[in-house]
Amino acid sequence: MSGKTLYDKIWDAHVAHEAEDGTCLLYIDRHLVHEVTSPQAFEGLRMAGRKVHAPDKTIAVPDHNVPTTLDRAKGIENEESRIQVEALDRNARETGIHYYPVDDIRQGIVHIVGPEQGWTLPGMTVVCGDSHTATHGAFGALAHGIGTSEVEHVLATQTLIQKKSKNMKVEITGKLKPGVTAKDITMAVIGKTGTAGGTGYVIEYCGEAIRDLSMEGRMTVCNMAIEGGARAGLIAPDETTFEYVKGRPHAPKGAQWEAALAWWKTLVSDDDAHWDKVITLDADEIEPVVTWGTSPEDVLPITAKVPAPEDFTGGKVEAVKRALDYMGLTPGTPLNEIKVDAVFVGSCTNGRIEDLREVAKILDGKKVADGVRMMIVPGSGLVREQAEAEGLADIFKAAGAEWRLAGCSMCLAMNPDQLAPEERCASTSNRNFEGRQGYKGRTHLVSPGMAAAAAVTGHLTDVREMM
Amino acid sequence: MEKFEKLTGVAAPMPLVNIDTDMIIPKVFLKTIKRSGLGVNLFDEMRYDREGNEIPDFVLNKPQYRDAEIIVAGDNFGCGSSREHAPWALRDFGIKAVISTSFADIFYNNCFKNGILPIVLPRDEVDLLMADAEKGQNARMTVDLENQEITTSDGETIAFEIDPFRKHCLMNGLDDIGLTLEKKASIDAFEARAAEARPWV
Repeated sequence: MSGKTLYDKIWDAHVAHEAEDGTCLLYIDRHLVHEVTSPQAFEGLRMAGRKVHAPDKTIAVPDHNVPTTLDRAKGIENEESRIQVEALDRNARETGIHYYPVDDIRQGIVHIVGPEQGWTLPGMTVVCGDSHTATHGAFGALAHGIGTSEVEHVLATQTLIQKKSKNMKVEITGKLKPGVTAKDITMAVIGKTGTAGGTGYVIEYCGEAIRDLSMEGRMTVCNMAIEGGARAGLIAPDETTFEYVKGRPHAPKGAQWEAALAWWKTLVSDDDAHWDKVITLDADEIEPVVTWGTSPEDVLPITAKVPAPEDFTGGKVEAVKRALDYMGLTPGTPLNEIKVDAVFVGSCTNGRIEDLREVAKILDGKKVADGVRMMIVPGSGLVREQAEAEGLADIFKAAGAEWRLAGCSMCLAMNPDQLAPEERCASTSNRNFEGRQGYKGRTHLVSPGMAAAAAVTGHLTDVREMM
Repeated sequence: MEKFEKLTGVAAPMPLVNIDTDMIIPKVFLKTIKRSGLGVNLFDEMRYDREGNEIPDFVLNKPQYRDAEIIVAGDNFGCGSSREHAPWALRDFGIKAVISTSFADIFYNNCFKNGILPIVLPRDEVDLLMADAEKGQNARMTVDLENQEITTSDGETIAFEIDPFRKHCLMNGLDDIGLTLEKKASIDAFEARAAEARPWV
């Protein structure tokens, strides 16, 4: 019998019940909740007279609808957004779950707050009604998004009805070149496998280039496992992980820390584990990348040109025609000549302190180009506080960027932070779908350094030219 | 949840690949705190212009597909966000089955919670059904869940696979939470074991 993968080990440790056909009840250690996908779930509980099974394992924070402007204390203007946040306030208080309201310094994007507060720990099962729950896999936790019916199911039972996914290994060998980041790794993988390449799998990312990443970088990699179609992305915990977790408000302390650490150190895939699919990339071959189309798989190095529909086959030909039309691009145009109107730095993909440091490095002593608006939105109130303490915020403001309060902001533009029709944006977020950042808005996904470089020059730019 | 047994209806062809949940239901409609009423905004940005007028060449605006109950879709349907508003909108419009070569994982799960049957078939069979759907409203196809087969308007039958537990739940309109709570003793026992093995959780 072959050994086990990390995913196998976490799965096995959380099966509360297994039926004859292999359908399992998987126990959930942490349930994260935000205002958009939870109101119908709480309402369902109330209608059925059910209670939240484990309020102490349930953590809520409003993030999608919250304004990021400095005057947000005056409240949310849009009535529907306000009602949604008020519903979360009420549901959290009535059910006694942990809650970080809008005016709490710890408020922020749910996937940034969870790790920051030590709620996310190695070996856990973590779910949230949000596809980017994959982020928490960076800790060696099995973390994935669920729908609202499943949110209600977890609230009521602290379990999910699940069948096991297959195991996929993505190995990044060697070392990254200067100017190439975690964002480029995760986008390059999607460029290679496609947005359905991970469907049916849980991915474990490994290899030297992954080991070399900080926790912030690892979260960026796992965050976009979902854009690759995978249920979840995982990275085995190591000293980098333990160092990050230690001392966080909800991390174990004392004897419990030692006991936890002993178990966490066993959370690695066995050498003889079975993999259903293996992808290997040489870190040395990864360049700073950018998306040109309307699917996260539309990835090319910044040194390339806009492709033509004829470069593709099957159903993708029509999709590329549609994407180029939507994006207002002509085949053959060098990607680094594409002018931008806006730059967005933030989101659960790239809204952490390390991302802001990368941006500050490029912006330091420079100005955002005329005619370009740049919005920098920290992932949490604590990230914002740290960026101010480190002097990053001063650099942003001196460069002419808008320095905002924490939230999801223009990643999905549910609040007023939106692109106008045909406005073009270099964005550190995770999705370039049609309309994602505003009706008819045009998104190019990039790393934080690349976003800053585009802000300075006014067009998509190879960050290595500015280092 | 309404039971799904056998469905005979018009199928709308949507061959575009990677139709994402932002297309199915754009974010402006996620601000609701209800499950119902989203059908009118299904595929909103593809279906209406900025003034709210219907775009005539969008498939569900064409007379022959306005009452479609089935969608035959391009690869990787439902990719992107976990929003259950996507199946809510489809169901509210009247869509009860979607056929494709592949679905994004979370969307696929969400369909079953809302009485929608997502069917995965090999490419040649999806192509055949796409061609059948393109014939319009006189070409009604039948999806028979019990016998796990689709019958085209020409009488050709195509078998499909489905997880037996999901099939059982869909055919009987079962509520997952009720089923899980029947296993409460197992959950309680697991919690007691886990509290001992991993007290820091």
